[in-house]
Amino acid sequence: MELTLNHFLFVSGALFAIGLAGVLVRRNLLIIFMCLELMLAAANLTLVAFSRFNLVEGQPAYDAHVLLFFIITVAAAEVAVGLAIIVALFRTKETTDVTKVNTMKY
Amino acid sequence: MTFLFYLFAALALFGGIGVVVCRNPVSAAFSMVLSFLGLASLFIQLDAYLVGTLQILVYAGAIMVLFLFIIMLLDVPEEEKRRFPFISFAGAGAVVTAFLVLVVLVLNRGGTAGRPLPAIVPSEPGHSDVHRIGELLFGTYWFPVQIVGVLLLAATVGVVVLSKKELK
Repeated sequence: MELTLNHFLFVSGALFAIGLAGVLVRRNLLIIFMCLELMLAAANLTLVAFSRFNLVEGQPAYDAHVLLFFIITVAAAEVAVGLAIIVALFRTKETTDVTKVNTMKY
Repeated sequence: MTFLFYLFAALALFGGIGVVVCRNPVSAAFSMVLSFLGLASLFIQLDAYLVGTLQILVYAGAIMVLFLFIIMLLDVPEEEKRRFPFISFAGAGAVVTAFLVLVVLVLNRGGTAGRPLPAIVPSEPGHSDVHRIGELLFGTYWFPVQIVGVLLLAATVGVVVLSKKELK
Protein backbone atom coordinates (compact mmCIF):
# COMPACT_ATOMS: atom_id res chain seq x y z
CA MET A 1 0.00 0.00 0.00
CA GLU A 2 1.32 3.37 -0.92
CA LEU A 3 1.70 6.23 1.52
CA THR A 4 -0.94 8.90 1.17
CA LEU A 5 -1.60 12.24 2.82
CA ASN A 6 -4.25 10.48 4.90
CA HIS A 7 -1.62 8.36 6.68
CA PHE A 8 0.28 11.39 7.91
CA LEU A 9 -2.88 13.32 8.79
CA PHE A 10 -4.16 10.39 10.84
CA VAL A 11 -0.88 10.05 12.77
CA SER A 12 -0.96 13.78 13.40
CA GLY A 13 -4.57 13.65 14.59
CA ALA A 14 -3.90 10.66 16.85
CA LEU A 15 -0.85 12.34 18.38
CA PHE A 16 -2.90 15.50 18.96
CA ALA A 17 -5.62 13.41 20.63
CA ILE A 18 -3.04 11.75 22.90
CA GLY A 19 -1.72 15.17 23.91
CA LEU A 20 -5.28 16.38 24.55
CA ALA A 21 -5.99 13.34 26.73
CA GLY A 22 -2.82 14.06 28.70
CA VAL A 23 -3.81 17.68 29.30
CA LEU A 24 -7.23 16.57 30.53
CA VAL A 25 -6.19 13.57 32.66
CA ARG A 26 -2.85 14.48 34.23
CA ARG A 27 -2.54 16.77 37.25
CA ASN A 28 1.20 17.45 37.28
CA LEU A 29 1.72 20.89 35.72
CA LEU A 30 5.03 19.87 34.11
CA ILE A 31 3.44 16.88 32.36
CA ILE A 32 0.49 18.97 31.21
CA PHE A 33 3.01 21.36 29.69
CA MET A 34 4.79 18.45 27.96
CA CYS A 35 1.47 17.28 26.51
CA LEU A 36 0.87 20.80 25.17
CA GLU A 37 4.22 20.57 23.37
CA LEU A 38 3.15 17.20 21.98
CA MET A 39 -0.01 18.77 20.51
CA LEU A 40 2.05 21.57 18.95
CA ALA A 41 4.46 19.07 17.38
CA ALA A 42 1.52 17.03 16.03
CA ALA A 43 0.18 20.15 14.31
CA ASN A 44 3.65 20.67 12.78
CA LEU A 45 3.42 17.25 11.15
CA THR A 46 0.19 18.31 9.37
CA LEU A 47 1.92 21.41 8.04
CA VAL A 48 4.90 19.49 6.66
CA ALA A 49 2.67 16.78 5.19
CA PHE A 50 0.55 19.32 3.30
CA SER A 51 3.64 21.11 2.00
CA ARG A 52 5.07 17.79 0.75
CA PHE A 53 1.85 16.70 -0.97
CA ASN A 54 1.17 20.04 -2.69
CA LEU A 55 4.23 20.53 -4.85
CA VAL A 56 5.10 23.91 -6.35
CA GLU A 57 7.01 23.40 -9.62
CA GLY A 58 8.03 19.91 -8.54
CA GLN A 59 9.35 21.05 -5.16
CA PRO A 60 7.65 21.05 -1.74
CA ALA A 61 6.19 24.39 -0.65
CA TYR A 62 9.17 25.63 1.35
CA ASP A 63 7.16 28.47 2.91
CA ALA A 64 5.71 25.80 5.21
CA HIS A 65 9.22 24.89 6.37
CA VAL A 66 9.95 28.56 7.06
CA LEU A 67 6.72 28.79 9.07
CA LEU A 68 7.78 25.67 10.98
CA PHE A 69 11.14 27.27 11.71
CA PHE A 70 9.28 30.18 13.32
CA ILE A 71 6.92 27.85 15.19
CA ILE A 72 9.84 25.92 16.70
CA THR A 73 11.51 29.18 17.75
CA VAL A 74 8.33 30.48 19.39
CA ALA A 75 7.80 27.08 21.08
CA ALA A 76 11.31 27.24 22.55
CA ALA A 77 10.66 30.74 23.92
CA GLU A 78 7.27 29.61 25.24
CA VAL A 79 8.79 26.63 27.06
CA ALA A 80 11.44 28.83 28.69
CA VAL A 81 8.86 31.32 29.97
CA GLY A 82 6.38 28.60 30.98
CA LEU A 83 8.99 26.69 32.99
CA ALA A 84 10.06 29.92 34.70
CA ILE A 85 6.41 30.49 35.68
CA ILE A 86 6.17 26.91 37.01
CA VAL A 87 9.34 27.45 39.08
CA ALA A 88 7.90 30.72 40.44
CA LEU A 89 4.65 28.91 41.27
CA PHE A 90 6.58 26.12 43.01
CA ARG A 91 8.37 28.72 45.15
CA THR A 92 5.10 30.05 46.57
CA LYS A 93 2.93 26.89 46.61
CA GLU A 94 5.54 24.11 47.07
CA THR A 95 3.59 21.96 44.59
CA THR A 96 3.10 21.38 40.86
CA ASP A 97 -0.27 19.67 41.30
CA VAL A 98 -2.93 21.69 39.49
CA THR A 99 -5.71 20.49 41.84
CA LYS A 100 -3.88 22.16 44.74
CA VAL A 101 -3.48 25.47 42.91
CA ASN A 102 -7.04 26.72 43.14
CA THR A 103 -6.84 30.16 44.75
CA MET A 104 -6.12 33.41 42.96
CA LYS A 105 -3.83 34.83 45.65
CA TYR A 106 -1.94 33.40 48.66
CA MET B 1 9.21 3.08 2.77
CA THR B 2 5.77 2.07 4.03
CA PHE B 3 7.27 -0.19 6.68
CA LEU B 4 9.47 2.65 7.93
CA PHE B 5 6.43 4.94 8.05
CA TYR B 6 4.55 2.51 10.27
CA LEU B 7 7.63 1.94 12.44
CA PHE B 8 8.20 5.64 13.10
CA ALA B 9 4.49 6.44 13.43
CA ALA B 10 4.25 3.71 16.08
CA LEU B 11 7.33 5.14 17.80
CA ALA B 12 5.77 8.62 17.88
CA LEU B 13 2.38 7.38 19.09
CA PHE B 14 3.72 4.99 21.75
CA GLY B 15 6.04 7.72 23.01
CA GLY B 16 3.02 10.01 23.27
CA ILE B 17 1.04 7.37 25.15
CA GLY B 18 4.03 6.94 27.46
CA VAL B 19 3.92 10.65 28.33
CA VAL B 20 0.27 10.34 29.35
CA VAL B 21 0.59 7.00 31.18
CA CYS B 22 3.93 7.25 33.02
CA ARG B 23 3.45 8.29 36.64
CA ASN B 24 7.10 9.25 37.08
CA PRO B 25 7.87 12.65 35.42
CA VAL B 26 11.36 11.56 34.33
CA SER B 27 9.96 8.52 32.47
CA ALA B 28 7.35 10.80 30.90
CA ALA B 29 10.11 13.15 29.71
CA PHE B 30 12.06 10.28 28.16
CA SER B 31 8.92 8.96 26.42
CA MET B 32 8.53 12.47 25.05
CA VAL B 33 12.07 12.34 23.59
CA LEU B 34 11.17 9.00 21.97
CA SER B 35 8.00 10.51 20.51
CA PHE B 36 9.93 13.49 19.12
CA LEU B 37 12.51 11.18 17.55
CA GLY B 38 9.71 9.29 15.76
CA LEU B 39 8.17 12.58 14.66
CA ALA B 40 11.52 13.85 13.34
CA SER B 41 11.89 10.62 11.33
CA LEU B 42 8.44 11.26 9.82
CA PHE B 43 9.57 14.78 8.88
CA ILE B 44 12.66 13.35 7.18
CA GLN B 45 10.46 10.84 5.37
CA LEU B 46 8.53 13.83 4.03
CA ASP B 47 11.83 15.24 2.63
CA ALA B 48 11.91 18.00 5.26
CA TYR B 49 15.51 17.38 6.27
CA LEU B 50 16.17 20.74 7.93
CA VAL B 51 12.92 20.64 9.91
CA GLY B 52 13.59 17.07 11.05
CA THR B 53 17.06 18.03 12.23
CA LEU B 54 15.69 21.10 14.01
CA GLN B 55 13.06 18.91 15.65
CA ILE B 56 15.78 16.69 17.11
CA LEU B 57 18.15 19.53 18.05
CA VAL B 58 15.62 21.95 19.52
CA TYR B 59 12.78 19.75 20.78
CA ALA B 60 14.39 16.42 21.70
CA GLY B 61 17.64 18.15 22.68
CA ALA B 62 17.21 21.61 24.16
CA ILE B 63 13.59 21.70 25.27
CA MET B 64 13.51 18.24 26.84
CA VAL B 65 16.81 18.87 28.65
CA LEU B 66 15.21 22.03 30.05
CA PHE B 67 12.21 19.97 31.19
CA LEU B 68 14.43 17.33 32.84
CA PHE B 69 16.46 20.08 34.48
CA ILE B 70 13.32 21.63 36.00
CA ILE B 71 11.99 18.19 37.07
CA MET B 72 15.24 17.54 38.94
CA LEU B 73 15.40 21.10 40.32
CA LEU B 74 11.88 20.92 41.76
CA ASP B 75 12.24 17.27 42.79
CA VAL B 76 8.75 16.55 41.43
CA PRO B 77 7.27 13.48 43.14
CA GLU B 78 5.37 10.71 41.39
CA GLU B 79 1.72 11.47 40.95
CA GLU B 80 -0.29 9.61 43.57
CA LYS B 81 -3.37 7.66 42.53
CA ARG B 82 -6.52 9.73 42.77
CA ARG B 83 -9.56 8.64 44.69
CA PHE B 84 -12.34 9.24 42.15
CA PRO B 85 -10.68 8.97 38.74
CA PHE B 86 -13.81 8.05 36.78
CA ILE B 87 -15.18 11.53 36.16
CA SER B 88 -12.02 13.00 34.68
CA PHE B 89 -11.16 9.81 32.78
CA ALA B 90 -14.68 9.60 31.31
CA GLY B 91 -14.62 13.29 30.35
CA ALA B 92 -11.20 13.04 28.74
CA GLY B 93 -12.15 9.79 26.98
CA ALA B 94 -15.31 11.36 25.58
CA VAL B 95 -13.50 14.46 24.28
CA VAL B 96 -10.67 12.45 22.73
CA THR B 97 -13.02 9.88 21.14
CA ALA B 98 -15.12 12.68 19.66
CA PHE B 99 -11.97 14.28 18.24
CA LEU B 100 -10.71 11.00 16.74
CA VAL B 101 -14.14 10.26 15.19
CA LEU B 102 -14.08 13.74 13.62
CA VAL B 103 -10.58 13.12 12.21
CA VAL B 104 -11.62 9.77 10.71
CA LEU B 105 -14.81 11.28 9.26
CA VAL B 106 -12.91 14.13 7.64
CA LEU B 107 -10.22 11.81 6.27
CA ASN B 108 -12.84 9.44 4.82
CA ARG B 109 -14.48 12.20 2.81
CA GLY B 110 -12.09 11.42 -0.02
CA GLY B 111 -10.95 14.31 -2.21
CA THR B 112 -7.28 14.74 -2.97
CA ALA B 113 -6.01 13.42 0.39
CA GLY B 114 -5.96 9.81 -0.85
CA ARG B 115 -3.42 10.20 -3.64
CA PRO B 116 0.08 8.76 -3.24
CA LEU B 117 3.23 10.71 -2.47
CA PRO B 118 4.09 12.84 -5.55
CA ALA B 119 7.66 12.60 -6.80
CA ILE B 120 9.92 15.59 -6.28
CA VAL B 121 11.77 16.95 -9.31
CA PRO B 122 15.43 16.51 -8.36
CA SER B 123 16.96 19.92 -7.85
CA GLU B 124 20.38 20.85 -9.21
CA PRO B 125 23.30 20.44 -6.77
CA GLY B 126 23.71 23.34 -4.35
CA HIS B 127 19.96 23.83 -4.09
CA SER B 128 19.04 21.54 -1.22
CA ASP B 129 16.10 22.30 1.06
CA VAL B 130 18.44 24.08 3.51
CA HIS B 131 19.53 26.36 0.67
CA ARG B 132 15.93 27.14 -0.35
CA ILE B 133 14.80 27.78 3.23
CA GLY B 134 17.80 30.02 3.86
CA GLU B 135 16.98 32.04 0.74
CA LEU B 136 13.37 32.42 1.87
CA LEU B 137 14.33 33.29 5.48
CA PHE B 138 16.78 36.03 4.54
CA GLY B 139 14.93 37.15 1.42
CA THR B 140 11.15 37.12 1.53
CA TYR B 141 10.83 36.65 5.28
CA TRP B 142 13.61 38.91 6.54
CA PHE B 143 11.24 40.98 8.67
CA PRO B 144 9.67 38.06 10.60
CA VAL B 145 13.22 36.85 11.35
CA GLN B 146 13.96 40.18 13.01
CA ILE B 147 10.68 40.01 14.96
CA VAL B 148 11.51 36.49 16.16
CA GLY B 149 14.90 37.76 17.32
CA VAL B 150 13.16 40.45 19.39
CA LEU B 151 10.75 37.80 20.72
CA LEU B 152 13.66 35.62 21.88
CA LEU B 153 15.28 38.60 23.59
CA ALA B 154 11.97 39.46 25.31
CA ALA B 155 11.61 35.82 26.44
CA THR B 156 15.15 35.81 27.84
CA VAL B 157 14.56 39.03 29.79
CA GLY B 158 11.17 37.72 30.97
CA VAL B 159 12.67 34.47 32.24
CA VAL B 160 15.41 36.35 34.13
CA VAL B 161 12.80 38.62 35.75
CA LEU B 162 10.53 35.69 36.62
CA SER B 163 13.37 33.70 38.15
CA LYS B 164 14.32 36.47 40.58
CA LYS B 165 13.55 35.74 44.20
CA GLU B 166 12.15 39.20 44.99
CA LEU B 167 10.42 41.35 42.38
CA LYS B 168 11.27 45.01 42.84
